[in-house]
Amino acid sequence: MSTASPQAYVLRGARPYGTDPVDVVLADGVIAALGAPGTVAVPDGAHEVDATGHVLLPGLVDLHTHLREPGREDAETVFSGTRAAAAGGFTAVHAMANTTPTQDTAGVVEQVYRLGQEAGWVDVHPVGAVTVGLGGEKLAELGAMADSAARVRVFSDDGKCVHDPVLMRRALEYVKAFDGVVAQHAQEPRLTEGAQMNEGVVSAQIGLTGWPAVAEESIIARDVLLAEHVGSRLHVCHLSTAGSVEIVRWAKGRGIDVTAEVTPHHLVLTDELARDYDPVFKVNPPLRTAADVEAVREGLADGTIDIVATDHAPHPVEDKDCEWSAAAFGMTGLETALSVVQQTMVDTGRMTWADVARVLSESPARIGRIDTAQGRPIALGEPANLTLVDPGATRAIDGRTQVTASANTPFGGMELPGRVVATFLRGRATVLDGAVADQMEGATR
Amino acid sequence: MKHLLTTQGLAKDDAILLLDTAAQMAATQSRENKKLPTLRGRTVVNLFYEDSTRTRISFETAAKRLSADVINFSAKGSSVSKGESLKDTALTLHAMGADAVVVRHSASGAAHQLAHGGWLDAGVLNAGDGMHQHPTQALLDAFTIRRHLVGGVGHDGRGTDTSAGADLAGLRVAVVGDVLHSRVARSNVYLLHTLGAEVTLVAPPTLVPVGVETWPCRVSYHLDETLEQWQPDAVMMLRVQRERMSGGSGAFFPSPMEYSRKFGFDARRLAVLPDHAIVLHPGPMNRGLEISAAAADHERSVIVEQVANGVAVRMAALYLLLSGETGQTTDERNAQ
Repeated sequence: MSTASPQAYVLRGARPYGTDPVDVVLADGVIAALGAPGTVAVPDGAHEVDATGHVLLPGLVDLHTHLREPGREDAETVFSGTRAAAAGGFTAVHAMANTTPTQDTAGVVEQVYRLGQEAGWVDVHPVGAVTVGLGGEKLAELGAMADSAARVRVFSDDGKCVHDPVLMRRALEYVKAFDGVVAQHAQEPRLTEGAQMNEGVVSAQIGLTGWPAVAEESIIARDVLLAEHVGSRLHVCHLSTAGSVEIVRWAKGRGIDVTAEVTPHHLVLTDELARDYDPVFKVNPPLRTAADVEAVREGLADGTIDIVATDHAPHPVEDKDCEWSAAAFGMTGLETALSVVQQTMVDTGRMTWADVARVLSESPARIGRIDTAQGRPIALGEPANLTLVDPGATRAIDGRTQVTASANTPFGGMELPGRVVATFLRGRATVLDGAVADQMEGATR
Repeated sequence: MKHLLTTQGLAKDDAILLLDTAAQMAATQSRENKKLPTLRGRTVVNLFYEDSTRTRISFETAAKRLSADVINFSAKGSSVSKGESLKDTALTLHAMGADAVVVRHSASGAAHQLAHGGWLDAGVLNAGDGMHQHPTQALLDAFTIRRHLVGGVGHDGRGTDTSAGADLAGLRVAVVGDVLHSRVARSNVYLLHTLGAEVTLVAPPTLVPVGVETWPCRVSYHLDETLEQWQPDAVMMLRVQRERMSGGSGAFFPSPMEYSRKFGFDARRLAVLPDHAIVLHPGPMNRGLEISAAAADHERSVIVEQVANGVAVRMAALYLLLSGETGQTTDERNAQ
């Protein structure tokens, strides 16, 4: 609060979408200048950032984050979770509805929205529950959440599936009135009672109850047909199987308005990791087979899968330091997502950095209907929501030193490529020189 | 051996050493004084999260006959989702100085986690973890099969066991029943295969796990066909849990009668087998469901002998775990 106008920045030699280097000036919350190195006018007092060799992306947007507040502040808070998001290069997150109380009323979504504004690290867009208490029985007041200060557009019972076909149909229809989308956690409940991991070779050997691919695929197949019938748009959360990719590909071929996401962990990890019963690898949907990993990579590369979303799911130690069957589902992901996408898709030559911008920023912003503010082009006059990444860096992942309040990363002990050097939210640095700011100027807590 | 957690990956030499040691232990059990001083001063904890009178008593008997101090820690009611955590129990046992922990738990992997979670130094002996493994059951089954079908011990249990050092090469074993939920089946498939036997699993398709194709065995959906055409040397019947047939649309087979007709073992099916064939069951039996009284009590049934052999096998396992020369696992030895 020391100056009337916020700090200006100049990024020297940054490569937008991995292309030729430019200098970029950020001032007054927007991209104030952009041009060949040494050719742009730099305001007095601008902070110089040496971005030589670094890739400049639009600020990342996560459509699927669990911030846990209200209710499970022992796992994560809006403050700690959004700070982790900034560290991972994000400038906006969608906070899933499975809080306690559930984000199923205007009051609760406004509370989460306000907590996000107070923290100041990223834009927080609460996801509204589809059904009251995620109970799967009665529609929540979707319109009230849409009309609230939080302007909810994404609705999901994530963690639970809207399995009743009539209720799903109604939800798909109802949200059309305010251009909303139902984001389905596709899991047929009867086929997954007591399910612990992917059903297949590994589950058969190690004696854990299987979570069959068909339990995901059958719901996706039903939902795309429902979406076609009622002319609604559908978003498929964290699809994880080769069959799901095929169904979505088929649906898009028919012109059905469906989008799909894959998590970073489903792009790289397999169910073989369950063999030592370390619950850090327990997640829902479960880690699948190498063939599924290949299929989701192919689907992401060819556009069948629209976006990568983290499904960042922090849990306290005691919920993971126990028997596999007693452990919670989920893994953290905000601080490793970009690195995993680089490793699996960019470094393998399957995607360009422009594709990364599409799947981690532009498309999630569009699906969440926040694309007037986020996921914007890197161009003159656009909001300065930007992420600067050093793709040549490698870093060792350690759950204990991450910014998130929980340590349950599945990548602990691994080396991942790429490092977020700076993140800017409307021109203000949330991360600078690889260090995440302790407190955002103007934040109220 | 530091731990005995699973038969999958158990080296053949180690398996035969366990069986041979069990044979030596069994020989001592016909004496008037059955007690050996071998594990005097060592503490064995029986940590049972699931009810299992038979297995617990078998381990307790085995440990006591080796002169170990035995502590029974019944954690029943400490379900996996509430009460004291597995970790806290492990830390407690560590603080008490347990030398070996025999663990029975409803969660698959619990024994593995106790052994490798960094909570406990003691050797861990898996006495059954969820649907995963029950290695001493498979060892006692293999021991029983070897005595009779390799070692020349008669159906009546008489005769000298001459099978020391031998494997089960060429023997055919049918394992019949609820394979899906059975740690006994998983343990036996791997151990019997390692020892050179051929295994056929026989079950309705609903009780065979998806992914079974990588197991070293054959799968059949037809008991009569298997018995008649494959002529197994041993038939192992698995217990069918009552709850598997209830649950409405989730039931695994239509009715107990149908199961019994198609997969129950009775005198008629026994008559189809070769004369030397034996019948096993891990117990407790559902007489009239998976096995008829006539078959269970037949002279070729070795079910009661399995119980006695269980004590000998568990003595062998405790002995090898606690007096092992290296205190290392096979994996660790191989890694060095």
